[in-house]
Amino acid sequence: MRILIPIKRVVDPYAKVRALPSGEGLDTAGLKFEINPFDEIALEEAVRMKERGEATELIAITIGGSECEEQLRKSLAIGADKAILVETTSALDPSAVSTELAAWAKELQPDLILMGKQGTENDENQTGQRLAAKLDWPQATFASKIEKLASGFQVTRETDLGEEVVEVAQPAVITVDLRLNEPRYIALPGIIKARSKPLERATPKTALTVKVKTRSYANPPARGAGIRVNSVDELVAAIAAKGVL
Amino acid sequence: MSRLLLIAFDESDLNSCGGFATALGLPYDALLLSGNSTVGGEKIFQAGLTAIPTADTVAGLLAVFVHTYSHVAFVSSMRSKDLAARIAGILDAAMITDAIGIESPTTFLRPMVAGAVIATVDAEPPVFITFRPSNFAPAELTAGTVVPMGIEPAPGSKVVKASAKTAGRPDLSQAKIIVSGGKPLKDAATFETVLGGLADALGGAVGATRAAVDTGIAPNELQVGQTGKIVAPNLYIAAGISGSTQHMAGIKDSKVIVAINKDGDAPIFEVADIGIVADLFDVLPQLQAKLPGARS
Ligand SMILES: Cc1cc2nc3c(=O)[nH]c(=O)nc-3n(C[C@H](O)[C@H](O)[C@H](O)COP(=O)(O)OP(=O)(O)OC[C@H]3O[C@@H](n4cnc5c(N)ncnc54)[C@H](O)[C@@H]3O)c2cc1C
Repeated sequence: MRILIPIKRVVDPYAKVRALPSGEGLDTAGLKFEINPFDEIALEEAVRMKERGEATELIAITIGGSECEEQLRKSLAIGADKAILVETTSALDPSAVSTELAAWAKELQPDLILMGKQGTENDENQTGQRLAAKLDWPQATFASKIEKLASGFQVTRETDLGEEVVEVAQPAVITVDLRLNEPRYIALPGIIKARSKPLERATPKTALTVKVKTRSYANPPARGAGIRVNSVDELVAAIAAKGVL
Repeated sequence: MSRLLLIAFDESDLNSCGGFATALGLPYDALLLSGNSTVGGEKIFQAGLTAIPTADTVAGLLAVFVHTYSHVAFVSSMRSKDLAARIAGILDAAMITDAIGIESPTTFLRPMVAGAVIATVDAEPPVFITFRPSNFAPAELTAGTVVPMGIEPAPGSKVVKASAKTAGRPDLSQAKIIVSGGKPLKDAATFETVLGGLADALGGAVGATRAAVDTGIAPNELQVGQTGKIVAPNLYIAAGISGSTQHMAGIKDSKVIVAINKDGDAPIFEVADIGIVADLFDVLPQLQAKLPGARS
């Protein structure tokens, strides 16, 4: 089984990110960039499938600028066999990315595309579903558990009400949620060692046309500072005074 | 022609659509996948499904059905994102996730980076939108003509088992009062007694942080935040919650936030309207006994 794992480079998910004063973008000066945490979980799951003998080849793919090489090198260190960097400096959206990924999936013929349910920068939660639609493959989103079946997968999905178990035939697109696994820690030497693994640079196969354009970025109004109370009786009085009970 | 189709999974979904439909200001119809309604727009298409099929089995026929509409909108939820993005993918249409404001029928506001930044985005029709109802002033949907509609799912992913809606506490995304807890709640039984007790006394819902869900203290459908539910109650009581940006992303629109935390430097105090530096195991039972209107 071949697994394709799309990887997104995002600003450190634990950093406090602000809009630039000009409103033209995010102020990421001095901030680290990481593999989108959801994608890292997808990659970890793919590596475990390979370790269990369920998968034979893991290909990580990113669409973006040359700086994304950093995240692909780390993906190789985590356990991808091969990485593809589809180089572009264009602005992207889930429509452009899913169209490009679909073209690569047609060429690479994976049995499974395993990816994060959303990117922590844009929080859009679209690319996996759009990709599955373009390929006309079944989808199982928000996975918290994946089991290999003879020619498909049984996936436990997180839902608004709790959980749901679905079965999908392969090839399929599965998007993953945080509780699927705890990704392994990779130290710097591991990343350096992975330098011998193949990282292919490629040009886009599609026009990367976006459907949604971001006009400006702003910081939301801050909540006003509140009060501190010193006893439960004061707390009860303060809550009662707000008239929300 | 500019026209909106609201797609609702059930009546409770539909009941949250009025504010958005009014703010968008276009003529509208509704498609109700399960349940009945006589309000929803000029036409109310009723599919009358008893169980909601998986997204990949109905997206194809919905893509055909929606093609005359310039706007197709859903209340933001996990299931609506699952379905809306699949249909948008088939049609190669624009999609706005989690709209919180409308500047014009082609310009919307949406949060990103866990709500730390608000983006203004432009999209040409047809445009799919999932929106957060609490960001739109409540309004009634107009009454209309009910049109029965058949939906025959195509082959695709199959549901083998699903959790059912649990009766009892109000739904998190609609609750007026939420008592929410984090990692220090220890275990499921403690969480249920200490938080659940106060929530029930106030007629509210219970919520949890990801840390609480990950450690098995709370079930995943109670997670509030960037990757969980977005809530906007009148009163949000955060007990033993540090106030990570990911958690804050889900509670910013609460009217009053109360923080109970042992650590006076916890970031939750930066956003709380009322804070107390104390042990939650001390404070919560006392609140249950002392808050006006709380049933003990
Ligand atoms: C991609 C991503 C998405 C995420 N999405 C979410 C999300 O949707 N929702 C979410 O909640 N988190 C999310 N997280 C996790 C988030 O970063 C935090 O780890 C989490 O919110 C912390 O939960 P907590 O406040 O329960 O735990 P902690 O941060 O450990 O805080 C516990 C707090 O309890 C206080 N405390 C301890 N004992 C007591 C006591 N007896 N009485 C009173 N106070 C006490 C401590 O002082 C501390 O402040 C996400 C993380 C990532 C990377």
